Amino acid sequence: MHDSHEHEHEFKIPLGPQHPALKEPENFSIALKGEKIMGVDIRLGYNHRGIEKACEERTFLQDVYLIERVCGICSHSHSSAYVQAVEEIAGLSVPRRALYIRTLIGELERVHSHFLWLGVAGHEIGFDTLLMYTWRDREIVMDLLAQLTGNRVNYGINTIGGVRRDITPEYGKDILAAIATLEERTKYYIQIATEETSIIKRLSGVGMISRQDAVRLGAVGPTARASGVDRDIRREDPYAAYAELDFNVITDDHCDVFGRTVVRLKELLESFKIIRQVVAKIPDGPIAVRAPRKIPAGEALSRYEAPRGEDVHYVKSNGGEKPERVKVRAPTLANIQTVKHMLRDRFLADMPIVIAAIDPCFSCTDRLVGVRHLDNHKRETLSWENLRLFSLGWHRARGFDVAIAEKKLHNLMEH
Amino acid sequence: MKPGRMLNLVLQSLFKRPATLNYPVDKSGMPKGFRGKITFDPSKCIGCRMCMRDCPANAITINKVGEKRFEAVFDLGRCIYCAQCVDSCLKRALVSSPEFELAQLDKKKLKVVFHPPAQEASGL
Repeated sequence: MHDSHEHEHEFKIPLGPQHPALKEPENFSIALKGEKIMGVDIRLGYNHRGIEKACEERTFLQDVYLIERVCGICSHSHSSAYVQAVEEIAGLSVPRRALYIRTLIGELERVHSHFLWLGVAGHEIGFDTLLMYTWRDREIVMDLLAQLTGNRVNYGINTIGGVRRDITPEYGKDILAAIATLEERTKYYIQIATEETSIIKRLSGVGMISRQDAVRLGAVGPTARASGVDRDIRREDPYAAYAELDFNVITDDHCDVFGRTVVRLKELLESFKIIRQVVAKIPDGPIAVRAPRKIPAGEALSRYEAPRGEDVHYVKSNGGEKPERVKVRAPTLANIQTVKHMLRDRFLADMPIVIAAIDPCFSCTDRLVGVRHLDNHKRETLSWENLRLFSLGWHRARGFDVAIAEKKLHNLMEH
Repeated sequence: MKPGRMLNLVLQSLFKRPATLNYPVDKSGMPKGFRGKITFDPSKCIGCRMCMRDCPANAITINKVGEKRFEAVFDLGRCIYCAQCVDSCLKRALVSSPEFELAQLDKKKLKVVFHPPAQEASGL
């Protein structure tokens, strides 16, 4: 056989929308040269459910439950981010006990999400033993969530002005017992992940993204922190009870999938630390304040550190019972661009684990923006450059100095 | 770095009971406060319809069937089991039950109607 590399030409294969690796529909069009990936084109939009629009048709209270269903894994993140925004518009001061309960459920959610991710990552690299054991252990936290909130997923603990259920002292004991078991298991998985040859060899150097690129592409959460970007909304812009709690932000400089695994596993230990503090420090008092049905006119932006990264919600009220606009920026939307970068010049076989490593949630991410001309109602597709020009013009027209923002970004990249 | 780090755990698990339940023969039971099928007590209902107004899924309908007598119609196919109606009810006429095995092949069976008691009972 002669050396065929010279004669290999580029060809494209579509992966998805019925994806062989992930359980959600999305399409990756991969340009291949042999086994090597030359470029990836990501196409989202197969799972668009129109939740933002549906929110405008329902009352503020009904939207809490609808927003919770944006994502099955980080449902508490979405509903917390939404209620925080509504409470800010309405000027409600949420009781401290409610903030602590929100923090507790948020951290338990992070624990179940990271355990779930570890299992999925194990599955994607063909290490199903890891999947079976991590998901077995995940049941502990799922059962605990069912006990505390009334359901395993879509906890429904948040309401505008506080939380719906109180934590009794007996529950405190159950939480600590469950946390003790999970902490022991997490330490075991950290040992496995950092010592097991097959994991280290499979994950090291796969899905590399440098610190500069992570900042440039706007990566968030564990994906950014594994590239050394020291950013966590719980510390940068504390919400709920995080300002009163002591925890570390975990970063890693491996910049690859192995780094992301280490960051997530170590974050679990920080979560246990937070949960223990919450159980010890939870103040007495009411768990909710009465919220008005009509929210005064105004707008608010709320940030929340979901297990997958920063979740941003924007809510605008016109003084009625229903919001005028609800906008959700799920963490996957911020991270999805990094996948394209991570896969360049890698092999086709790395694709599932690299995509899974950002812990994607495509139904959270799917958005639809229609561009229509005002005069002739014609639909139009905006190119990236035109969209950027439009955005710059929009901000300039409202008196924002775009040059400052550009300079800041530039400085961040240089740093 | 060592290969086969999980081997110990796997071998130990061989002599342990399975982690899974033999459902539906064995059932773990739901925790206290589980949000399952909603039950309705017609004798407590005053017909304010707050549950209807707050239901995110439009799953409840309260109908007036007589003087201070109300019936509730639940669409289990629409219900998202958030139990907001239980919180909204001023008279605690709605309660979450731990019942969760509600799948049906017949769509009609998903509509549950709670009839009010007979006239003379409520009249007293």
